[in-house]
Amino acid sequence: MVPIRSVPIEPGSLTYHDLPWIIEHREDRCTLCGQCTSVCPKECLHLTYRRQRLPNLEVLSSKRGSEYRTFVGIRQRTDMVHSCIGCGMCAMVCPNEAISPVPNSVENRTLFLNNQKGEAYKRGGRRNTTGASLLDRIMFDRISMLTDPALDAGRHEFTLSTTIGRILSPEEYLKRIQQGGWIPPTREVFPFVIGSMSFGALSPNMWLGLLQGVAYCNEVLGIPVVMCTGEGGCPPWVLKSPYLKYIILQIASGYFGWDEIIRAIPDMQCDPAAIEIKYGQGAKPGDGGLLMWYKVSKLISRLRGVPEGVDLPSPPVHQTLYSIEESVMKMIQTLSMAFDHKVPVYPKISASTSAKSVLNNLVRNPYAGGLLIDGIDGGTGAAYNVSMDATGHPVASNVRECYLDLAAQGMQNEVPIYAAGGVGKNGNVAQNGMALIMLGASAVHIGKYIMQASAGCLGNEQNRCNVCNVGICPKGITSQNPKLYRRLDPDKVAERVAETFMAIQTDVKKIMAPLGRSQSLPVGMSDAIGINDKDAADRLQIKYVC
Amino acid sequence: MCRLALKTANDPFSPYEVLEAMEAMKEGYDGSGLGLLLRGMEFEDFKYNPRFPILSGIAESKKAWKRLDRFMEDRGYELKYDHKFHMDRSHMDGKDRYRYFLRAYRMPEEFQGKPMADKDREDELMETRLALRQDGEKHGGDLSVFSFWPDVAMIKEVGWPLQVGNLLSLHDGQIKSRVCMAQGRQNTNYGINLYACHPFFVQGISTMTNGENTAFVPIRDWLLGQPFEGYMGYQSDSEVFTHILHYTLKQLNLPLQAYKHIITPLSLKELEAHPQGDFLRGLRNVCKRLIIDGPNAVIGTLPDETCLLVMDQKKLRPATVGGRQGVWAIASEMCGVDAMIPDRDPSLDFQPMREHTVIIPPDRKELEIWSQYDQFPLSLAA
Repeated sequence: MVPIRSVPIEPGSLTYHDLPWIIEHREDRCTLCGQCTSVCPKECLHLTYRRQRLPNLEVLSSKRGSEYRTFVGIRQRTDMVHSCIGCGMCAMVCPNEAISPVPNSVENRTLFLNNQKGEAYKRGGRRNTTGASLLDRIMFDRISMLTDPALDAGRHEFTLSTTIGRILSPEEYLKRIQQGGWIPPTREVFPFVIGSMSFGALSPNMWLGLLQGVAYCNEVLGIPVVMCTGEGGCPPWVLKSPYLKYIILQIASGYFGWDEIIRAIPDMQCDPAAIEIKYGQGAKPGDGGLLMWYKVSKLISRLRGVPEGVDLPSPPVHQTLYSIEESVMKMIQTLSMAFDHKVPVYPKISASTSAKSVLNNLVRNPYAGGLLIDGIDGGTGAAYNVSMDATGHPVASNVRECYLDLAAQGMQNEVPIYAAGGVGKNGNVAQNGMALIMLGASAVHIGKYIMQASAGCLGNEQNRCNVCNVGICPKGITSQNPKLYRRLDPDKVAERVAETFMAIQTDVKKIMAPLGRSQSLPVGMSDAIGINDKDAADRLQIKYVC
Repeated sequence: MCRLALKTANDPFSPYEVLEAMEAMKEGYDGSGLGLLLRGMEFEDFKYNPRFPILSGIAESKKAWKRLDRFMEDRGYELKYDHKFHMDRSHMDGKDRYRYFLRAYRMPEEFQGKPMADKDREDELMETRLALRQDGEKHGGDLSVFSFWPDVAMIKEVGWPLQVGNLLSLHDGQIKSRVCMAQGRQNTNYGINLYACHPFFVQGISTMTNGENTAFVPIRDWLLGQPFEGYMGYQSDSEVFTHILHYTLKQLNLPLQAYKHIITPLSLKELEAHPQGDFLRGLRNVCKRLIIDGPNAVIGTLPDETCLLVMDQKKLRPATVGGRQGVWAIASEMCGVDAMIPDRDPSLDFQPMREHTVIIPPDRKELEIWSQYDQFPLSLAA
């Protein structure tokens, strides 16, 4: 036993099999080209000189001992700052398939050490829950079999659009038509909306790609896709462009970017699709937005009107003098007024057991254009791990109870509910979205899915990558570092956006056709869905099937 | 699939004629039920005053019968006529019924001076019907009430149409009417229940449908949320068609043509080219929850004896309307029209397409074929 001091260990020392991802490197294939080390966003790979003993087996000879050879090999750093995140960029660039990260199936001891320097663990990404989600397990089981055959998804005509904005009761509509009253503005959009991801959270190339893709969907493919800016404002050239009509502008508690937006109003060629007021986010309820200093580049600081290189944590709530109800009411009214009452304004909240009371508040606010409920499985660019993992409420039951609450008042058409948080987290985007729609949502917002589908985001539910917060996105999707975001070609992103929405559209038709639905989106068609979990079925008031 | 037949004529006729038309179309259904609605009543043994509401239904026992009597008396109704069917029980299939009834009442005193279309009067009739229905449900279903309205009689029973007609001796000329609607039912999704038989009825408005309405549940949920007691029942997905028609005409006070714009609105693209596109786009939006979805033919009648036929745009096999001045027939199959009015010019028959509403006005002179693309007949839409 050697004295302890001669072994270089500290309380926080780790070895490679304590890390969540272990780099497997095949020396026999490696050509030492160095591509893996240069692409690694965490700089966790480094070249080292290694020595290998070559035992001497000449028994009759008087020579003793071994011979050694020295070679250059790749090692994985084991300190927390440089621990592998499993993004797999090394494997992607390796010309010889000599290297790849594999998930450590034994133990991940970084969980105990990720609070270095007293900083609680922060990351980007998702909640990291593997396996089929509740939405994945919902089946569309009411197939038209007997009286009328199912429809032909390929040839029949379908109406797939949904409405953003407050809808009057039929009686009130006719009254206002007769008396010349204000008819609240509405928009007909595709029910899968690109959820709020800010200019700042996303790289300029990613944002540009999304915007190009959305414009292509609308103007060439005829799919009325809209996207939400998130809390980071909107570049002035977009604000003054005819493409603003495809954009939902978000205002959140940091009010970032709103100086630019207000200044651009006189020059706007068209109205934005809607205004989203963010009160909460499913991934980090109770927290405001968080853009960490790594990502506050010169461009971002100009757009947001802040100094470069500082953390931008938005407050958890909008500033208010009296009650939150009053603040919500006034904000909705103010923003509606700012755009001449011609743009729908709706709030976004994190899913919560208190969602119903927010909803009932909105029911009595004639300017409220809907409610977006964001569930715990939603993604984020940066948040505390504990918020992401353990705080929040799943979206399905929350949307369902809000819908049923509105239905009991006969108002389910008047205040549309939009759902977000985990839609397509396992790839089943159309299935997840349509399940939520049949539970009562009028539309769904998708964020992580669109990053994965259109830009090849590497994150997954096993905590792969998830470093969006520190600006080292290996694909350049969530980085403000030109060296990284130049890896992303906006044209290619746009192409993938268009492909993705074309496919979602087909999938939605393939779901609706067997149910015999084509005339309108089957919002609240709860008789069409079932789940093989009795408790979930009871909670959602849908069929239990087995 | 259900089979539907409607005949409307200036001269009252026996409902048996319509049942014979049902027989002509019998290949299409399973004999799981028959619903009949008669409007413009004439009784052989009673000079009927069309102001008297007629209560139609079935009492399953003497006890229920007595309860009904007492209830109506307590509510202030005076029995003027109690129609007794000549029952031929050899045609009875399954459960024996104690009494099928059509009873004409004089309104309670406080309503007697009021006009027929008075809202309180209409509400009273509906509330009475619903209270009796509820009473029957509370007592194990021993009392079913289908309608309570002036000049309207309804019969519903499980079995083949002709068999039910023979059971009640409808061929004996005891009852006649100017309008008769019949439906042979195969319930699409739900259990066999008398209340699931079409036609459905609410405050004088009645419709029957064939085809499946796949948007039933969201529409039902919306109607149930409305503060109107009559939107209830929903043992069949087709009941919502009647209630939407009632909602259009009575709650929104829109013309009949609006019904088509509500249940199957034009697409946004089509509305762009419509002369009242803005108004109709708004109407489509506010009535979004009432958009039906399924290959449906809706046939209905209104209190003034107007008859209508509307198709969903997905209906592949349209219903047919045919006839001549003074007598018209609508049926889900062409052979049904042939059976009801054989002596007409079949080349003038009309099969509505996705955009049409066929209206037979009360004067029965000629068909009105109205297209959704046409100007909407409402000044506020201009």
